[in-house]
Amino acid sequence: MSSPPVPELIVGAIEAIVMLLVALGLAMMLLYFERKGSALIQDRIGANRANILGVGRRLGLPNFGLLNTFIADPVKMFTKEDFVPDGADKFVHALAPFLALFPVLATFVVIPFGDTIAVAGRSFNLQATNLNVAVLYMLSMIGVGVYGIALGGWSSNNRWSLLGAIRASAQMISYELALGLAIISVVMTYGTLDLQQMCHAQSGVWWGWLPRWGIFTQPLACIIFLTAGVAETKRIPFDLPEGESELVLGYSVEYSGGKQAAFMLTDLAEQALVSMLLTTFFLGGWQVPYLYHDGFHLPGGALIAIPALAVSILGVIAFLLKTVVLCLFLGMVRWTLPRFRYDQLMRLGWKGLLPLGLANVMVTALVIVMFGGTR
Amino acid sequence: MPPWLFVFLAALSIISALGVILQRNPVHSLLSLVLTLLTIAVLFMGLGAVVVGFLQAIVYAGAIMVLFLFVIWLLNLQVETRSVATGHLALKFFGAIAAATLVAELFAIVTRAPAGAGATAVPSGYGSIEQLASTLFSEYLVAFEVTSVLLLAAIVGAIAIARRPAGPVRPGARSA
Repeated sequence: MSSPPVPELIVGAIEAIVMLLVALGLAMMLLYFERKGSALIQDRIGANRANILGVGRRLGLPNFGLLNTFIADPVKMFTKEDFVPDGADKFVHALAPFLALFPVLATFVVIPFGDTIAVAGRSFNLQATNLNVAVLYMLSMIGVGVYGIALGGWSSNNRWSLLGAIRASAQMISYELALGLAIISVVMTYGTLDLQQMCHAQSGVWWGWLPRWGIFTQPLACIIFLTAGVAETKRIPFDLPEGESELVLGYSVEYSGGKQAAFMLTDLAEQALVSMLLTTFFLGGWQVPYLYHDGFHLPGGALIAIPALAVSILGVIAFLLKTVVLCLFLGMVRWTLPRFRYDQLMRLGWKGLLPLGLANVMVTALVIVMFGGTR
Repeated sequence: MPPWLFVFLAALSIISALGVILQRNPVHSLLSLVLTLLTIAVLFMGLGAVVVGFLQAIVYAGAIMVLFLFVIWLLNLQVETRSVATGHLALKFFGAIAAATLVAELFAIVTRAPAGAGATAVPSGYGSIEQLASTLFSEYLVAFEVTSVLLLAAIVGAIAIARRPAGPVRPGARSA
C-alpha cells in the first residue's frame, strides 16, 4: 500500500467528516421520526410542548416538536447521572458503548456518495476512502460491532442485560450470514468488491427505459439484505433484545446518560448505514435514471444537456434522496409491524433467509456461467 | 508501511498477547485476544496482504471470538483464583518444552534471515483478491476442496451431537 500524497489525504479526511455529519444528521432525522412520525402513524399528536420561554407560543408559531427532539431530549440525556451499577466491570462497562458505536460510524467512509467531481482543474472522488475491498471492510466492521453490544450486557452485572446481550449477539451473528450471502450474490453480479465501481456498473438502461439497478438484477438479494439489515439494527420486528415485560431494555438497561445515548445512536446510525448500503447495492447509488455525464437521455431519444458539475451535484442529491426515503421506509416498518417471537426469529434467519441466500448465490453463479455475466 | 508503524503494531500485538495469558478474568483475556488478532490483521494489510488482513478480521475477530464469548458465558467461567505458579506439573513440563521450541525457531529464523531481504519489491497485484482467488482455485484447489469437506464433516458432527434424542413429541411442543 503506497501512502497517498498529503492533499489527497486531507480531501479524504474532509469527505469522511462530511459523511459522518450526514450520518449523524440522518440519525437525528430518524430520532425526530421516532417522536413525530410514530405519532402520525398512530394518530397521536406527539411531542409539541417544549418551548423556550414560550416565545413560539406567544408569536403563534406552530410547534412541530423540533425543540423536543433536538434540544430537550439530548440535554436531558447528557445531563443525567452517569450510573455504573455495583459489581459492574467498570472498564468494560465504559468501553462497550464506544465499541458498539465506532464500527458503525467507521463504515460510512467507504460509501460513495457521488461520482468523481471535477472542480478547479482537479478531480475528486466523492468517497472518503476508495478501498478496492470495501465489501470486506464493511463485513469486518459489522462483525466487530457485535462486541460492544455483547460486552455492554455482560459488564453490567445484571441477569436481564446479560440475557439481552446473548439474544442480541445471537441474532446479529445469525443474520450476518444471510447479509453476507446477499452481498456475495451482488458482488458476483457486478464482479467487484469496490463500492464506487458497483455504482458505475449500475449505469445505463435495459430495453431503453429500465435502469440497470441492483434491485432489478438481484431482487431476491435485495429482499434478503433488507430483512437481514433490519435484523442487524435490532428494530421491530426484530427487536427481541429488548422486551418491556421480560428483559426491560435488554443489554443497555444498566446504562444511563451519554453511554445510553451512544447505544441509541448506534441503532439509529446503523439504520442510516443500512439505508446507504441498500442504496449503493440495489438502487444505483448516486445514479440518476437516464442521466449520463452529458445530460439526460430520455427513453424517447431526447437529450437534455446539463453541465458536468451539475450532473455530479445531481448525483449527490439523488444519493441523499434515496437514502432519506429508505430511512423513512425503515422507520415506517418499525411503527407498522408486530414483533417476532424469538424462535420465529431464529427460524426465519436459519431456515428461511440462509437457504434462500444460498440458492440465490447458486442461481447467480449459474446465470453468470451460462450467459457470461452482466458486466 | 513506515517502520515506526510496524514497531508500534508489533509491540501492541505482543502486549495484548501477554494480556491474554496474564489476566485472570476470561472476558478480559478474550478482549486482549481480539485486540491481538486485529493488530495482526492490520499488520497483514500494511505488509500488502490486504485481503488476508480483512479475512482475519472477519473470521477470527468477528466470528470465532464471538463464539468464544458465548462459550465463556454458557459455561459460566468465573475469575480465575489460582495463581500462575500453581499449575499441574505435566502442564509446566510440556509448556516449557513448547516455549523452548518456539524460542529456538525464532532464533533460527532471525539468524538465517538475509540482510535487506525486505528491500525486494512486491509484484504488482500481490495480495489482491484476484490473485488470492486464482491461486486458491488453481494451485491449491485440492487442498481447498478437502478443507471444505472437512468443514462439512464438522458441521454434520456438531448437528449429530446437538440433536435431541428421538422420543415421543409432547403435544404442543415447539421446536426452538
